[in-house]
Amino acid sequence: MSIQGQLNQEQIAWRAAQDIEDGAYVNLGIGFPEKVAAYTIEGREPIFHTENGVLGFGRAPEKGKEDWDLINAGKKAITLKPGAAFFDHATSFAMIRGGHLDVAILGALQVASNGDLANWRVGDKGVPAVGGAMDLVNGAKRVAVLTDHVTKDGKPKLVEACTFPLTGVGCVTRVYTSLAVIDVDVAGARFVLLEKVPDISMDDLQSLTGAKLHVEGSVADLTVPEL
Amino acid sequence: MNKRHATTAEAVAGISDGATVMIGGFGGSGAPIELIHALIDAGPKNLTVVNNNAGNGHVGLAAMIEHGMVAKLICSFPKSKDPKAFTERYLDGRIELELVPQGTLAERIRAGGAGIPAFYTPTAYGTELGEKKPTAEFDGKPYVQERWLKADFALIKAELGDPYGNLTYRLAARNFNPLMATAAAVTIAQVSHLVEAGGIDPEAVVTPGIFVNRLVEVSDPQQEEILNQAEARYP
Repeated sequence: MSIQGQLNQEQIAWRAAQDIEDGAYVNLGIGFPEKVAAYTIEGREPIFHTENGVLGFGRAPEKGKEDWDLINAGKKAITLKPGAAFFDHATSFAMIRGGHLDVAILGALQVASNGDLANWRVGDKGVPAVGGAMDLVNGAKRVAVLTDHVTKDGKPKLVEACTFPLTGVGCVTRVYTSLAVIDVDVAGARFVLLEKVPDISMDDLQSLTGAKLHVEGSVADLTVPEL
Repeated sequence: MNKRHATTAEAVAGISDGATVMIGGFGGSGAPIELIHALIDAGPKNLTVVNNNAGNGHVGLAAMIEHGMVAKLICSFPKSKDPKAFTERYLDGRIELELVPQGTLAERIRAGGAGIPAFYTPTAYGTELGEKKPTAEFDGKPYVQERWLKADFALIKAELGDPYGNLTYRLAARNFNPLMATAAAVTIAQVSHLVEAGGIDPEAVVTPGIFVNRLVEVSDPQQEEILNQAEARYP
């Protein structure tokens, strides 16, 4: 579904990268969220964590230069930055569950206005696979989601209550979508609209959202570079 | 004391039908491919296997599954580039799956090795993976009780090993290997370089030898990813 002025995945990732502080310890989910690493802001140095036991990894190696003992949680080859560290899986998840990780950025099937997240399986068919998602959403200090605002067939992904199996309850605090940046007021079970793309009206944005969008103060324009 | 064995076949001897076997690695990184292949040659059936994944392609754990050796798999992510071996059997009901969140899997193994029968974690609370498990509140937050995980055998891969079983690991191939080494009655390690006592700086030892029962040197070990690129099958 094409909506006038909507952001592509690169642009959503760029917007999320603007909120990552210097020195933050960050875990990026497999796939779409991994794109955030490419838009690290000049002068800021986030340290990327991967569940399989690496802090401080960098870009993918050149093709042909992969070392298959050095991979990320998505099983893709990575390289190390100076100052990287290895550790076992229990230590890795101590970092996550113990509240040491500043930010986890994940994809979503649905996010509810009470902060519930569904992102690991669609129903009870096929092979279920959860990986580290349930640990990340319960452990990181801040859990953000990157997602298209609606599904491919136009249904809202931001909803009042998730209908897909939950990954975690009351865990998401910010959502970066193809149309907006939205905070989740978990205690109040409310979506609070912070930014929207300039080309869409409030009414149209609301109609594409499955729960009420609250506004506190003003709504800023969500503007991003061509990517 | 001599924990060294001359061959992988000798190292995996005695793993019988119905055993619970932990297999180290995360995907292909740190997977003890040669020990797994030796176990396929030995051919025990009805095994319960603990691994993060469910194999990829037609080598290693995927080949064990293809050969009908695995009755139950305890893992967090049974998907891969080529998960056919597991997927077909799972959808036919020929293999049982216990799906465990990755951090819970790691901690259950750690607890098994550390003599802690159960613990509470926030992970999976309010989800279908937390259903039917005891819960409790601590300082106002809800947690799920999880139990330890132990095994009859662990097959692990390390980089350096000395005759006492002290081990180091290579890059991110560490992952589950040091945890599984602690949680099995018999831990079997394939090491890429077997060195003399004193050949590993005591300050650099990751797995102390007390956790390791058998060692076998496998120089230039195979990588699952490379085998799969070549569309290899075992045997």
